[in-house]
Amino acid sequence: MNRVPGGNTPPLLDVRGLRKYFPITRGFFRRVVGHVRAVDDVSFIVRQGEALGLVGESGCGKTTVSRSILRAIEPTAGQVLYHTRVGQVVDLASMPGAELKPLRREIQMIFQDPFGSLNPRMTLLDNVGEPLLVNGIRSRRERVERVAELLRLVGLRPEFMNRFPHAFSGGQRQRIGIARALATGPRLVVADEPVSALDVSVQAQVLNLLLELQSRLHLTFIFVAHDLSVVRHICDRVAVMYVGQLVELGATEAVFARPCHPYTAALMRAVPVPDPRVASSDAMLQGEVPNPAAPPSGCYFHPRCRFAEDRCRREAPLLREVRPGHFARCHFAEELSLLQGV
Amino acid sequence: MPPTLTAAEARTAAEPLLSVRDLSVVFALDEGTVRAVDGVSFDVRPGEVLGIVGESGCGKSVTMKAILQLIESPGHITRGEILYRRDAARPRIIDLALLPPRGALMRALRGAEIALIPQEPMAAFSPVHTVGQQIIEAIMLHAHRRHPDGHPITRHAARAMTIELFRDVGISMPEQRVDAYSWQLSGGVRQRAMIAMALSCRPRLLIADEPTTAIDVTTQAQILTLLRELQRKYDTAIIFITHDLGVIAQMAHYVLVMYLGSVMEEGPVDDIFHAPKHPYTKALLRSIPSLYGEARSSLPVISGALPHPFNRPPGCPFHPRCDAVMPQRCAHAVPRLQPVGIGQQAACFLYHDPAEPA
Repeated sequence: MNRVPGGNTPPLLDVRGLRKYFPITRGFFRRVVGHVRAVDDVSFIVRQGEALGLVGESGCGKTTVSRSILRAIEPTAGQVLYHTRVGQVVDLASMPGAELKPLRREIQMIFQDPFGSLNPRMTLLDNVGEPLLVNGIRSRRERVERVAELLRLVGLRPEFMNRFPHAFSGGQRQRIGIARALATGPRLVVADEPVSALDVSVQAQVLNLLLELQSRLHLTFIFVAHDLSVVRHICDRVAVMYVGQLVELGATEAVFARPCHPYTAALMRAVPVPDPRVASSDAMLQGEVPNPAAPPSGCYFHPRCRFAEDRCRREAPLLREVRPGHFARCHFAEELSLLQGV
Repeated sequence: MPPTLTAAEARTAAEPLLSVRDLSVVFALDEGTVRAVDGVSFDVRPGEVLGIVGESGCGKSVTMKAILQLIESPGHITRGEILYRRDAARPRIIDLALLPPRGALMRALRGAEIALIPQEPMAAFSPVHTVGQQIIEAIMLHAHRRHPDGHPITRHAARAMTIELFRDVGISMPEQRVDAYSWQLSGGVRQRAMIAMALSCRPRLLIADEPTTAIDVTTQAQILTLLRELQRKYDTAIIFITHDLGVIAQMAHYVLVMYLGSVMEEGPVDDIFHAPKHPYTKALLRSIPSLYGEARSSLPVISGALPHPFNRPPGCPFHPRCDAVMPQRCAHAVPRLQPVGIGQQAACFLYHDPAEPA
């Protein structure tokens, strides 16, 4: 797809020091006894027109980050600076709800479950047209026209608009969900695992559609996923999360060719290769993701890391630039030529 | 097995543990009939991992349920045999398809000689009993698997066996974990406990139904390694059902590719991935995004969508989406499985004799 990856375009979104702590309460008086640090000081920039992948295992905070950007969750601290269409910079994290509302048109979401995210009692016209109605397009004729156009855009026939979601397959429903997200003409689309519920043969179609829509409509994507090969396929840059923190961030090609954090390398090794001649690595990650309410000392990854030394147990590493544009949270990022070592 | 035997030769050398022949399962619903499994045949040999791969609605899970006689009404087996070869008992070969699902023999086999690792261990374990209690119960119920002389196993001994099993599947602190409830365990440990339960009665055939689909990729890698190790250690035959081609490539010796209730292609794992013959297998392999492929390129796709089970296309079930379709043949007749290599078969008219009447 011939588009300029968002290398030098201006930022659209600037997330700074984002934190979300969920309280743990106990007893009759719901006394707060601790906090789950679901997102713990996450900062990154999303440039206009790029696709940023947010990857990690369940519980790493990737969904909490994406929901905080949409203010579906109130962040505990931090800023989500958004560059609006008219050139203003606003903080989505602290804006009053009423002021936020007009901006909601510009930031939309695609959900994971194509069966749960559409209202089964509403026709496609109403499902896809609802964002239009909410945003003040009252005339039915106008809505019908716009919905027809949206359905064509995602590869569905406009005649379908009077049917209900149950008449459609998983892949078609995901297309409907995409049409709904595009209804208000958004600039930023947050897609939370948009293809993980789909069958292989349909997944490829939806990925191609997302790539095509992005270049056609100049969309910016935040793509939340656990499937590395999907992220690799669709994203310009990738951010890897572990226990609420970013552990690596960089251009997709660079991160996949030379990961600078042992967790990223382990994550890549864990993906089963669809080739029986490539033996799966036995040097895989041991243990489990730690409890985010009581993370380990020092580097959160050290109990599972093959390269861990004393320093990793004592001292928490910072996210730092290892190579231009490539960040990693590891004391030994430079020294570990990770992929060669396994 | 001597190393000179090819995989295909070794396969035919051993007598199959399970032979499924022309199995058909139909669900008679008010809206219409669904042919969930339509004339499926395959063999599982001792010590072999048979992978069944396919997308949703291909019949892979229904096949598994048919073997265990767990098909719920309105579904029923309409045709075919499920021949299971026992090691000592008489008669030696029994047809599971004819057994009453709730009868004594089926209940003696299920969970004991033929065990299941389900997809969702959260749903499979009872939340009001500890995982230990549930495994101990299985061991005591099927005591003859460990003591063929009919000697019962005491609860105390069964508990010790359970702890040993937990150690075997890599659960840390097994003495404590045995008394945990399933909801107290993490996803990975819960699936390990499920594997321990499936292995508790030393099954001869293990059916793993998407055992790693609900868990994270690093945990999945651990569970797959564990299953490979246990398979080698106990030489258990496994039917491994998944939609993930990567998992199949890493686990299976022999692969069955299913689509809409029929076997499209079968063969040794290397041939399926390196010399696929059926257009569906080829298209499926092309459409998976790779960790090493070209980024941001358009993926080759299979056109169209999976048909609704009520609207099964006539002829070859894949023909409306096939890029090598021959309209005059494929839409009118169902291709049979044809040999296309050593131990490899494909159900496609491309490999039929062109002179043969369709």
